[in-house]
Amino acid sequence: MNTVEALLCAIRNEADQPVRLMEVCGGHTHAIRKFGLSVLLPETVTLLSGPGCPVCVTHTGFIDQAIHLSQNYPVIITTFGDLIRVPGSAQSLEAARADGADIRIILSPLQALKLAENERNKQVVFLGIGFETTAPSVAVTILTALERGIENFSVLSAHKIMPPAMAALVAQQPNLDGFICPGHVSTITGQDIYRFLAVDHGIPCVISGFEAADILESILLLIRQIKEQKPRVEIQYRRAVKPEGNLKAQSILHEVFVLQDDWWRGLGIIAKSGMIPGGRYAGFDAHKRFKLPEFPETDNPNCRCGDILRGFITPPECRLFGKTCTPDSPIGACMVSFEGTCQAYYRYQN
Amino acid sequence: MTRNLIRELFKPYLHNQYLDKESDAAILTNLSGNIAISTDAFVVNPVIFPGGDIGKLSICGTINDLAVSGAKPHSITASFILEEGFSMTELEMIVSSMSSEIKNLGIALVAADTKVVPSGLCDKIYITTTGIGTVIPDLEQVSGGKGIQPGDRIILSGTIGDHGAAIFCARFPGQILTTIMSDCACVYPLIEMISSFGTGIRFMRDPTRGGLATVLCEVTEKQAWGITIMESMIPVRNEVAGLCDLTGLDPLYLANEGKFILIAAESISNEILTSLRSHPLGENACEFGVVTRENPGRVILETPIGGRRLLTMLSGDPLPRIC
Repeated sequence: MNTVEALLCAIRNEADQPVRLMEVCGGHTHAIRKFGLSVLLPETVTLLSGPGCPVCVTHTGFIDQAIHLSQNYPVIITTFGDLIRVPGSAQSLEAARADGADIRIILSPLQALKLAENERNKQVVFLGIGFETTAPSVAVTILTALERGIENFSVLSAHKIMPPAMAALVAQQPNLDGFICPGHVSTITGQDIYRFLAVDHGIPCVISGFEAADILESILLLIRQIKEQKPRVEIQYRRAVKPEGNLKAQSILHEVFVLQDDWWRGLGIIAKSGMIPGGRYAGFDAHKRFKLPEFPETDNPNCRCGDILRGFITPPECRLFGKTCTPDSPIGACMVSFEGTCQAYYRYQN
Repeated sequence: MTRNLIRELFKPYLHNQYLDKESDAAILTNLSGNIAISTDAFVVNPVIFPGGDIGKLSICGTINDLAVSGAKPHSITASFILEEGFSMTELEMIVSSMSSEIKNLGIALVAADTKVVPSGLCDKIYITTTGIGTVIPDLEQVSGGKGIQPGDRIILSGTIGDHGAAIFCARFPGQILTTIMSDCACVYPLIEMISSFGTGIRFMRDPTRGGLATVLCEVTEKQAWGITIMESMIPVRNEVAGLCDLTGLDPLYLANEGKFILIAAESISNEILTSLRSHPLGENACEFGVVTRENPGRVILETPIGGRRLLTMLSGDPLPRIC
């Protein structure tokens, strides 16, 4: 019997009561669907998908701000790939690019900085989205920009941190028995950011890797914590996550970013959950540099992304899913991103 | 300027009895049987990439469309749109590639045209090729797949995702260090080898844009039978798998330019595999799926750990992931 079979066998033997486990990482959403794990698990185990996809929790107002920037200033907008198809209130960045806006897909924020070095007569704005995994590389880019005196570079940040969102989920989703915690966020943060969930709310937490065996082992560890009634934070992803995390990356994050209240699509405003450049780096905040107006959140009233992100419903329960909302014509952000719950369901329908 | 271009660059590589006449049309006198024609425009960016260039692609792409339709390639035409200022060195490389492919296939470039447009009105070079071929007896059914039935086996001629991965990396010069090369190649030699299996070959197609998954979904749509494939049997180079892991691309949806899928009767599938594997282009040929009575109209993928999921068509262009 191989490892995966052994883990599945153990889960089937030990999951003798219903458990509802939520993952809050787009990578986990994708992996669970890709491996077809749901059909292999016993009926007593329900997996819920939470707000772990950074594209999915970015509100339409952010897209509108980016498009406004591209249309009203001589800027080059640089962005990660997924964001380009997220619908704003009127159009996506992709549509704005087709209309003539200079919007470019890059793989790393350092590419944006290089572009700024080469195009000194234009402002280069990087659309910063992502959690604690991605934010350190953006922080390093800002530090490098300051060091090299590259003044035509800035970041329009929608970076967020996970713990406040997890606390909000616990408040809104009372039937949550455990968290499969994000693997790559934890390589940066370490395990203590989840401690309050176990200690204050009695919710078991396991930090998981991304292979099938990782996720299955994490599910088994959660089932055992639930049965033992000893909630705690465990690291399953030991080959990548240290208990203290990456101290250097944490230090850089604290140096460059400050926390502010931020809007999470589907969850509303969550206090001190967003990161923007602050202190001596405040000048790199594109929001301040260009004095951008605020744009309201404008979701389709029939879009259930919010309920999906909170794990209240599954995508097929949204009336738009697979009909008017598809990867080709996404209405909600959950359908746009490769890691979004709806696209994962659509592409890997079980 | 165009006349000089033709005389000094195109002619040395592409001249033959048809083009040398410089007439308005080529007269083809030695075609018999059912004629297959295929046309395609090539606008790939970058124009030169690891494993090939737009010239090689323009010949292989169109010839492969003929080949997987069960046709022996006979001749080809090429039309070029060039942006003013396009590098003559790169153009020569591209034309030389085309010349090599045409010679290797033993076919003729029977008609050609060149236009130069002002800078900014096209992106370096666009090439349109039209291929003409004669349908091989007993292979008339392969493009439509009407003879597909439960029990038939699904075969791939080699690794998937190489071309799509190579192009992706080439679009970020200096950012991704890799040895991935496009698989751009003419597959006709492989198809010629197995053509004697005749009606035992139910269907063939080359998985270009949209990849393997899209071809399977297209052929299965609205049919009275389904397809089940085993993900662990699909060959993917380690480097391509690694790139996909890193970026979130999926090899099942990446373009291939030197591979084809075929669906064949179970009774001949082993012999077909043996034939394909005897050729360098087919050394990684494999059987990876079966046509089933269950799940009509659907493609079911069995994951390496025994899970199952529905395979769907690609939507939009593949995008790299954020984290």
